[in-house]
Amino acid sequence: MCSEREREREGVMGVKVYGPPTFTSAARVIAVLEEMGADYEVVPIDFAAGEHKHPAHLARNPFGQVPAFEDGDLMLFESRAIARYVARKHKSSGPDLLREGNLQESAMVDLWLEVESQQYNPIISSIVYECLISPIYGGVPDRKLIDANVEKLGKLLDLYEDRLSKTKFLAGDFFSLADLNHMPYSQYFMATPHASLFESRPHVKAWWEDLSSRPAVRKTTAGMPMAG
Amino acid sequence: MGVKVYGATMSTCTARVLLCLEEMGAEYELVPIDFSTGEHKQPAHLARNPFGQVPAFEDGALILYESRAIARYILRKYKSSGGDLLKEGSLEESAMVDLWLEVESQQFNPAIGPIFYQIFIFPRFGNVPDQAVIDTNLEKLCKVLDVYEARLSKTKYLAGDFFSLADLSHVPLLHYFMATPHASVVNSRPHVKAWWEGVSSRPACKKVTAAMPASA
Repeated sequence: MCSEREREREGVMGVKVYGPPTFTSAARVIAVLEEMGADYEVVPIDFAAGEHKHPAHLARNPFGQVPAFEDGDLMLFESRAIARYVARKHKSSGPDLLREGNLQESAMVDLWLEVESQQYNPIISSIVYECLISPIYGGVPDRKLIDANVEKLGKLLDLYEDRLSKTKFLAGDFFSLADLNHMPYSQYFMATPHASLFESRPHVKAWWEDLSSRPAVRKTTAGMPMAG
Repeated sequence: MGVKVYGATMSTCTARVLLCLEEMGAEYELVPIDFSTGEHKQPAHLARNPFGQVPAFEDGALILYESRAIARYILRKYKSSGGDLLKEGSLEESAMVDLWLEVESQQFNPAIGPIFYQIFIFPRFGNVPDQAVIDTNLEKLCKVLDVYEARLSKTKYLAGDFFSLADLSHVPLLHYFMATPHASVVNSRPHVKAWWEGVSSRPACKKVTAAMPASA
């Protein structure tokens, strides 16, 4: 939080991210902003007070979810769309995370972005929810659901292991948004009892160690204290 | 040498890819994958799509899967001859296309998908549709469609006053859904109804959905 106050004192006009930085979806956006070296401000949304369902926030995100994102007149929601926007906007001053200038490379980035969105996210978000989030609100972890998802995740990670034995990163031998979008839920997953699913697969393990030690990722995960 | 799509005309995800090819006027070959013989889980197809799903896509040496990724590739490749459905040249317009693509993927699809499966897929295996699942997801879908109604009262299409992949990506599941008694949730929302009528009557949409028989 100290860096946001410093920026305010400096009077820097960056973009605004509305949402708690501990939320995976907000962290997804913050990670890209950090990777691109962009100025931004995090505006907390008080979930306990139901702020996410108040008219002011619904005007930013009609689904009453986080994050919402503001760049001047442009209001966006859906973290994966915001992430693409940030990566595109700052492309000339930061890394090329989308490769839109190359038909084959951008196709591989998009493919692994969809694998994260359609295959990885439903499984890993359920495990993280059951193991870490539901207990905070007094819920009892659903063992059957966890076990079923752990089995699915194992099969999925076999695929990742195979891919990462051929390429350094998911889309190819270059770091991309496809790798970065995996970060938030993976960060929390590694704090569950099932982290061995990553650790027992040498290429997945190496990929995760590389990803999680990136300076931009370290800065983002510093705001995600529940993680191990 | 055109491109190849491995899949089935009835499959919603295969249709997503065919719609893009038709919109772009691109040449392609559809290679049928026979689910009844388990062809989708055979080594030849797993080599194209390791999830054993359809579609898979081949353009020379490039093999892709995940219909939403294939869609982007096709629209990028054929943009100069087929039209711009991604707007990647404009920061603001592409942001809106991406936003509504994510809404389709993260909000719309999870609500309408289970209804589609209960009504169109489960009966093929001798199962009776689970009305509780349908009802729960209809309620979710109505809340999503309220957001669409508000949006489409301001813009002609989802991403703005221009047709884009965001609109096109909704066609396969909506095509089937509109053949069910639950079509009323679309028809009772005038802007969503008008938007659907406009999108579904596009020549490319009519051509692809003609091969998607929607009798439940």
